[in-house]
Amino acid sequence: MNYTLKVWRQARPSEKGKLVSYSAHGISSEASFLEMLDIVNERLLEKGEEPIAFDHDCREGICGMCGSVVNGYAHGHQRGTTLCQLHMREFSDGSTIIIEPLRAKAFPLIKDLVVDRSAFDKIIAAGGFISIRAGSAPDGNAIPVAKEMAERAMDAAACIGCGACVAACPNASAMLFTSAKLAQLGLLPQGQVERDSRAREMVRAMEDAGFGACSNHGECEAVCPKEISTNFIAFLNRDFIVSSMK
Amino acid sequence: MKLDAKIPEGTIEKKWDDHRFKLKLVNPANKRKFSIIVVGSGLAGASAAASLGELGYKVLCFFYQDSPRRAHSIAAQGGINAAKNYTNDGDSIYRLFYDTVKGGDYRAREANVYRLAQVSNAIIDQCVAQGVPFAREYGGTLDNRSFGGAQVSRTFYARGQTGQQLLLGAYSSLMRQVRAQTVTLFPRQEMLDLVVVEGRARGIVTRNLITGELRSFAADAVVLATGGYGNVFYLSTNAKGCNVTAAYRAYKKGAGFANPCFTQIHPTCIPVHGEYQSKLTLMSESLRNDGRIWVPLKAKDGKLPSLIPEAERDYFLERRYPAFGNLVPRDVASRAVKAVCDEQRGVGETGLGVYLDFSDAIQRLGEQDIRDKYGNLFHMYQKITAENPYQVPMRIYPAVHYTMGGLWVDYNLMTTIDGCYAIGEANFSDHGANRLGASALMQGLADGYFILPYTIGDYLAQAGNSRIAVEHAEFRGCEQAAEQRITKLLSIRGRRSPDSFHRELGKLMWNDCGMARNQSGLQHALEQIPKIRQAFWQDLKLAGPANTLNQTLEKAGRVADFLEFAELMVRDALARGESCGGHFREESQTEEGEARRDDGAFSHVAVWEYRGESTTPERAIEPLLFDYCKPSQRSYK
Ligand SMILES: Cc1cc2nc3c(=O)[nH]c(=O)nc-3n(C[C@H](O)[C@H](O)[C@H](O)COP(=O)(O)OP(=O)(O)OC[C@H]3O[C@@H](n4cnc5c(N)ncnc54)[C@H](O)[C@@H]3O)c2cc1C
Ligand code: FES
Repeated sequence: MNYTLKVWRQARPSEKGKLVSYSAHGISSEASFLEMLDIVNERLLEKGEEPIAFDHDCREGICGMCGSVVNGYAHGHQRGTTLCQLHMREFSDGSTIIIEPLRAKAFPLIKDLVVDRSAFDKIIAAGGFISIRAGSAPDGNAIPVAKEMAERAMDAAACIGCGACVAACPNASAMLFTSAKLAQLGLLPQGQVERDSRAREMVRAMEDAGFGACSNHGECEAVCPKEISTNFIAFLNRDFIVSSMK
Repeated sequence: MKLDAKIPEGTIEKKWDDHRFKLKLVNPANKRKFSIIVVGSGLAGASAAASLGELGYKVLCFFYQDSPRRAHSIAAQGGINAAKNYTNDGDSIYRLFYDTVKGGDYRAREANVYRLAQVSNAIIDQCVAQGVPFAREYGGTLDNRSFGGAQVSRTFYARGQTGQQLLLGAYSSLMRQVRAQTVTLFPRQEMLDLVVVEGRARGIVTRNLITGELRSFAADAVVLATGGYGNVFYLSTNAKGCNVTAAYRAYKKGAGFANPCFTQIHPTCIPVHGEYQSKLTLMSESLRNDGRIWVPLKAKDGKLPSLIPEAERDYFLERRYPAFGNLVPRDVASRAVKAVCDEQRGVGETGLGVYLDFSDAIQRLGEQDIRDKYGNLFHMYQKITAENPYQVPMRIYPAVHYTMGGLWVDYNLMTTIDGCYAIGEANFSDHGANRLGASALMQGLADGYFILPYTIGDYLAQAGNSRIAVEHAEFRGCEQAAEQRITKLLSIRGRRSPDSFHRELGKLMWNDCGMARNQSGLQHALEQIPKIRQAFWQDLKLAGPANTLNQTLEKAGRVADFLEFAELMVRDALARGESCGGHFREESQTEEGEARRDDGAFSHVAVWEYRGESTTPERAIEPLLFDYCKPSQRSYK
């Protein structure tokens, strides 16, 4: 298969970036999207040009390291799929593919397709945990959790922190990310003690980090490779209101 | 090399308790005066850094990804073992201990394995309390499933994402300590060297992957939690960035490297499909609870699986190992798969594949049940292969997955360098020659939450607190060496990419030092590796400067280390003339083709000592004594 790529190239934050065209020819339809980029990069290197920088690691859809905007969609158009899991058979032969970084004020660009998502870590550090010291936990079965509750918590906990939700949101909001963690911990009995302070502090950290507000566009859920539901945002809103009234 | 494993006296049940009592303690008020470097933020690194932070030490935690949550532990699927015996099926600490020693084919240290089984239960408690959403029974209690090499159900899980959930749990504890300012994170930093001053590990040299800046960090102790080196084979289930660099650098600074040839080939991975392929994807062992493995009876059958009647199918694991069936340990399953493919009975385009079939289970339990248990794995399989495993059997083949070898550590998890510790997959670990499924997560968290925090205190209390400046000549020397190496890599200006060398090395290692090994193959590898290495240093091509994000340069540095390390692996495989666990020497097998150990000659850990660039490394041994689990030929029949 043959494709024309238009890739965002930007050597460093201070320089101006632009879309550069490359031909990606002779690509197997069985190759993954990142393997296609590997091939293009090998060819660039052969010509003595600098390969395209892009983040990736596990290449099986779980580490959350990969993620670019492909033809306008974070992680590409296939639903419930990370970029590393997207395969070239999803693109028709001869098509043009535009590849850009995940853009948001809170995710400053580092180089080409690589951005800095450490703002997410700041949100978690603000309260995305249950305060338990190693060694002080009661027996695992001392805290029964209803199966449905554990399943719902797991649905929220499946977030891989890739940042696609932020890049897709017109307001660059991190509500889906933040709410998923709040819901995971807030749904479980273990998470009740700190539930109020957690909501307050994580939301504040989210605002401080430069993420926008949520105005219910729902783009986040649409691009989320783990299909995390916006219902969790309602959960966050409720917890946040309750906590601010206390 | 002098090896003192420091195994405590006393009966196995009491060793750890007695030892803990004897360990010196650091006064709580003094802890913040000690700084500890933790390299790695996977299960081992994150749990250690968090726990050390909770104790009040000043912790610096380094990793090469952009967030600690992305360490490759995140990819573990199936589950984590513990001896809770919640299922009332006869499990106990002793049984978990016994299964692990036996599963490892009697090449692990009994005292360590017993301790691992002892602390396993506290891990589950800790993770539940952190909010890890483990699978539950309808009554609200924790659910368990079975894994290979065990006849009890002791594996706790969170769908097919157990590693993710455990890591996010450890990460949350870590971030809590970041907030408490006991831990400082150093993302996108690669450790390039270990700094040893007067025989003690005193710091590291890192490269900032965004700015290229080389920098030294000093501390009172260094903990390496840098994961496994499976990527020496190029294709593996590891993440692209997994490397041997940190461990290998420590080895070059005097840390003994134990059993480097012990690698685990996992039986159930998605088969290789093309030359450009960049990695292999695991299909969790848990699938073997409900999936049945088979190939056609006839060689080169070629029919679609649905057209092959029962009578023409060979459920070869159930046939050969009736007691354990599809749940035999990984090494046994992988070799059996290889054997049927060698007989030309493999399936798929390449003939390197066998079926993993869920149709019986779907009929028995219904599709929804299977979806609940393995939904995300089926989804992943379908994404990669474009086939629907609810309708057609999966095709799977063994792939490199885990490395039991690693830095040698004593009972306190200290390497042969004072003050340098290795935990998690990076150490030579408790898994002997073969790791049982769901035991790596257990070991990483045991090391990090419940073992290292005690043992490191003993060292610090004795070493005392003495400041060292990064201006010290030893630090400067290491920085200069790191810089020179980078300059050298960039100045070769040859024709080939780092990946092309890595692929070449990987193929060689897979063929000569993979699932089956023999004298002539290993000798061949020993001749070839230096040639590839020489070509690398003459013909490598890189682009871009050193002072920005330069992923090709990063890769080149890692490949350079793999090219040296591979040789050590092959040497170790040559020296170990027996078969044991994942190390199968064709010269040493039973008539039925099972691995044959040679306890008389090889009941030991092989520990390699670096002797300089042009000298062959020296092989020392730590004898293994079995007072409790009497070695027998493993049988899963
Ligand atoms: C696909 C897959 C599935 C698995 N499933 C299971 C399972 O179900 N059950 C089970 O028990 N085990 C499983 N395992 C094994 C288990 O996941 C690993 O052995 C374990 O998670 C390793 O943890 P770790 O903390 O030692 O290393 P890792 O999680 O690999 O972490 C290594 C850390 O070191 C850092 N690092 C590495 N090199 C450097 C360097 N040079 N400089 C700076 N930082 C560095 C990395 O950034 C990372 O933070 C699986 C493994 C794989 C690959
Ligand atoms: S590379 Fe890990 S999720 Fe894509």
